[in-house]
Amino acid sequence: MSQKQLRIALRNCGVINPEKIEDYLARDGYQALGTVLTTLSPEAAIEIIKKSGLRGRGGGGFSTGLKWEITRKVKADQKYVVCNADEGDPGAFMDRSVLEGDPHSVIEAMAINAYCTGANKGLVYIRAEYPMAIDRLLTALKHAKEYGFLGENILGTDFDFDIEIRYGAGAFVCGEETALIHSMEGLRGEPTVKPPFPSESGYQGKPTNVNNVETYANIPVIINKGWEWFSRIGTEKSKGTKVFALAGKINNVGLIEVPMGTTLREVIYDIGGGMQDGAEFKAVQTGGPSGGCLTTKHLDTPIDYDNLLEAGSMMGSGGMIVMDSNNCMVSIAKFYLEFTVEESCGKCSPCRIGNKRLYELLEKITQGNGTMEDLDKLRNLSSVIKDTSLCGLGQTSPNPVLSTMENFYEEYLEHVTFKKCRSSICKSLMTYIVDEEKCIGCTLCARNCPVNAITGERKQAHYIDPEKCIKCGACMEKCKFSAIFTN
Amino acid sequence: MELIKLTIDGELLEVEKDTSILKAAKTVGIEIPTLCFFELKDMGIENKPGGCRICVVEIKGRRNLAPACTTRVENGMIISTHSIRVLNARRTVLELILSDHPAECLTCAKSGSCELQSMAQQLGVREIPFQGEQSAYRKDTSPAIIRDIDKCIMCRRCELMCNEVQTVGALSAVNRGFMAVVAPAFEMNLEKSPCTYCGQCVSVCPTGALTEVDHSRNVINALADPAKTVVVQTAPAVRAALGEEFGLMPGTLVTGKMAAALRRLGFDYVFDTDFAADLTIMEEGSELLDRLTRYLKGDKNANLPILTSCCPGWVNFFEHNFPELRDIPSTAKSPQQMFGPIAKEYFGKKLGIDRKDLIVVSIMPCLAKKYECQREEFKVNGDPDVNFSLSTRELAQLIKQANIDFNSLPDEGFDNPLGESTGASVIFGTTGGVIEAACRTAYELFTGKKLEKVDFKELRGFENIRHATIDFDGLPINIGIAHGLGNARKLLEDIQAGRNQFHAIEIMACPGGCIGGGGQPFHHGNSEILKQRAAALYKEDDGKTIRKSHENPFIIELYKEFLGKPLGEKSHHLLHTKYFDRSSSVFVEE
Repeated sequence: MSQKQLRIALRNCGVINPEKIEDYLARDGYQALGTVLTTLSPEAAIEIIKKSGLRGRGGGGFSTGLKWEITRKVKADQKYVVCNADEGDPGAFMDRSVLEGDPHSVIEAMAINAYCTGANKGLVYIRAEYPMAIDRLLTALKHAKEYGFLGENILGTDFDFDIEIRYGAGAFVCGEETALIHSMEGLRGEPTVKPPFPSESGYQGKPTNVNNVETYANIPVIINKGWEWFSRIGTEKSKGTKVFALAGKINNVGLIEVPMGTTLREVIYDIGGGMQDGAEFKAVQTGGPSGGCLTTKHLDTPIDYDNLLEAGSMMGSGGMIVMDSNNCMVSIAKFYLEFTVEESCGKCSPCRIGNKRLYELLEKITQGNGTMEDLDKLRNLSSVIKDTSLCGLGQTSPNPVLSTMENFYEEYLEHVTFKKCRSSICKSLMTYIVDEEKCIGCTLCARNCPVNAITGERKQAHYIDPEKCIKCGACMEKCKFSAIFTN
Repeated sequence: MELIKLTIDGELLEVEKDTSILKAAKTVGIEIPTLCFFELKDMGIENKPGGCRICVVEIKGRRNLAPACTTRVENGMIISTHSIRVLNARRTVLELILSDHPAECLTCAKSGSCELQSMAQQLGVREIPFQGEQSAYRKDTSPAIIRDIDKCIMCRRCELMCNEVQTVGALSAVNRGFMAVVAPAFEMNLEKSPCTYCGQCVSVCPTGALTEVDHSRNVINALADPAKTVVVQTAPAVRAALGEEFGLMPGTLVTGKMAAALRRLGFDYVFDTDFAADLTIMEEGSELLDRLTRYLKGDKNANLPILTSCCPGWVNFFEHNFPELRDIPSTAKSPQQMFGPIAKEYFGKKLGIDRKDLIVVSIMPCLAKKYECQREEFKVNGDPDVNFSLSTRELAQLIKQANIDFNSLPDEGFDNPLGESTGASVIFGTTGGVIEAACRTAYELFTGKKLEKVDFKELRGFENIRHATIDFDGLPINIGIAHGLGNARKLLEDIQAGRNQFHAIEIMACPGGCIGGGGQPFHHGNSEILKQRAAALYKEDDGKTIRKSHENPFIIELYKEFLGKPLGEKSHHLLHTKYFDRSSSVFVEE
């Protein structure tokens, strides 16, 4: 599994004891901070980050160096740097792993960020559901202060910097930077229209640079090894590596870190060890609830920000869920919509009501009540929600619907016109039928049916009343003669 | 000022930097439809959460549509406000909002004044293509305001008024996603919140989600009961706004038509709250003089500044938020509550009517008055001094129901003795008016000289907090004026911190004073309407022969015949009240 992987952000995870600052120091820890503070001007350090080509790993993919530069150029008496550790994609745990396994790398990077932008206060916005990450971060902060990497006159320079922690209560939308800032201010976690961008007016109305955990984890390495080294990794416009949380129907699941430009095929078959039970690959969902599904035709596409966008998905924060023929694509879209309906903050109407209606349309289709008109509605509504929503959450929430409609339209059609789910996931579309040839009339199924939907004389073929049947599958499971099947 | 050049719908224009697309478009006659956006220009009130997404426009080169209300203009922008893409998006968004809105227009209190309804008309929505779950919340009825939150469209205007403008903090967004709604904390009832019933939320709500408690049915029943004598009092601000409900220009004074209409509705006596306002000045002005005189003599217990107490929203506010300051406001009851006992204990007794058989109805620009008249301390053996309080809007509704052609009514006068009033009492209805009226009387009582110039122009205007120094024949009296509870809070915090050098302060809960009250015809964010209403009141004051409260002949007679003297024993009993510490009563479940 380790072949084809390259660990930059995860370089220390599992290698060092995260609760010992000495371990981090032994692996060049805080060397980058020393270099920056004692040998580089803020502008020169920003230039290195810009030239490295590092882009935000939280999903947006904006140039990190450029973001720092913009914040630097805004004049203000007080500035802030913020680490966004509000990881919330279903199944994703990249940031958590970095914070649990290598918290000092984030602290060091935030200090560098602060020096570059002219801030002297840092805030980590972290989900309260990550107790171990919080513990280790607190320990690391304490040690960093004891060693003089935080506090006043860091490393004998006149640079002061300290970090505080702010806890999130588990709202996905608080990963959006304006919502995150409002939440840190004690306000309702709701996004506001940009501009003004946080780099102009952020926390407490002051210029604020927000970066994600994984982005930060890359910074010390770029300083230590140079932008030339970093920019040689990856594709033309996407440099470095990306951490993915690999999950789904493959043999090896877990966190992986691969150079940008690695193909899906390499990830799935080389690193992921191929499909479970040798099943046929059907799709891979990237970018979490904001992303989309890619299919066999994308298997050899090099993974980078722009290619994924072009393919109708996105990098997102790095969720990657692999699916086989047992996954119903309409249900997959519905699953993600259920998530966004739950996580929408409710501020803007298209996201608040539109996603709910999208979900209800999908629900209607998976229950076998969908019409062709509903498919048109799905498409139009999806594009309007994308076009009119206030923040990134709503602007991307229809992506799972649009990309599955684009790549698996025939499955939608089957659900709507033939009332059929080829993956047998949509229970409402299934009928349990007794094979009269095979049934010997043992009555076992009838005795196990919780709703008495099965009738028949002993030693004669039985019958399942589809009106009464609740599709629990108990009969099929109990039948010793494989006489019950579904269509 | 830097100018920005851009194109909107093919029209080239130049506007100041930082202008929103919405306002830029307006300068060339393009009205982009809005729903959540709201402003009261001269009061610095602006609501633009960018939430409804009705005002989206297409900006060339941008991936997504942009909300016109919050997007600032940039050089070279090419904007389309009605491309197919925009029209489709705008209509779809409206259809979505309507898909989660009860289709109860036929019986909705807001029908006809509903901005969502007009928007559906404007965009030509004829059916709602989306079906699905609709929000279902508990209806919450308080003594003054009904929250029918199924009709909430999350425009957040009420939240802005309640938090930013009034700093009351009773309403804010709770829950998330489809369940998000504006409500008191923990979704408790409004009655359990620090709500002051100022009604500013109601006055800005675009739909029927927030409305007043309707008491017009009770009034009709009382009028129909032959055993009851029903008297009515009308607050000053009502006459400057009622006409709007009948298509008259804002600022049209309809005092005479209003009196005529009330008579035709069947009220036995048509009186005027203005009479009670003159009475308030007698009591409150005397209290000011009393405290001032004691203060000048070195009495450290003479509480200055004195704060006006005629606004019930304001009284609720300080009882909740500044209970430790509750000995500072004047103990004088509000005009509405002074009128009640005078009607029942003086006028009624004179006619030999038992107080139970005398029904006092008030017509108020205010919703807090509905709560005020239900306060326990304003009842005698369970019988309230004022039985029912109707808003200006409810009165208009009642007049329409009774088939009265308001505009063709003759001008009629009020009945006596409780219908005679001075110019001083009329201006109670606008910010600065109470203190001006008080000054007119206090000056003459304090100096013993005749006041030559009755108009105190320095006390007038719409600035949020105003200061003025009035010369009391050599003694400078410092006056503070605040309208809107947020501004009141600032003044109170100054008092608490000892930063305040005022002798007297007037506070009105609503921006603009009573003319902008929560019970007035909806202004839909047009602050010109408020200005015109205020101008109308000053005009009525100007036209009165008697313009000082203490010169009202019926007030003089009332003291001679019944009350004795201001601050006397009878006054103390009937016209003064006390305040309570309600700070701990908030958010406590019984």
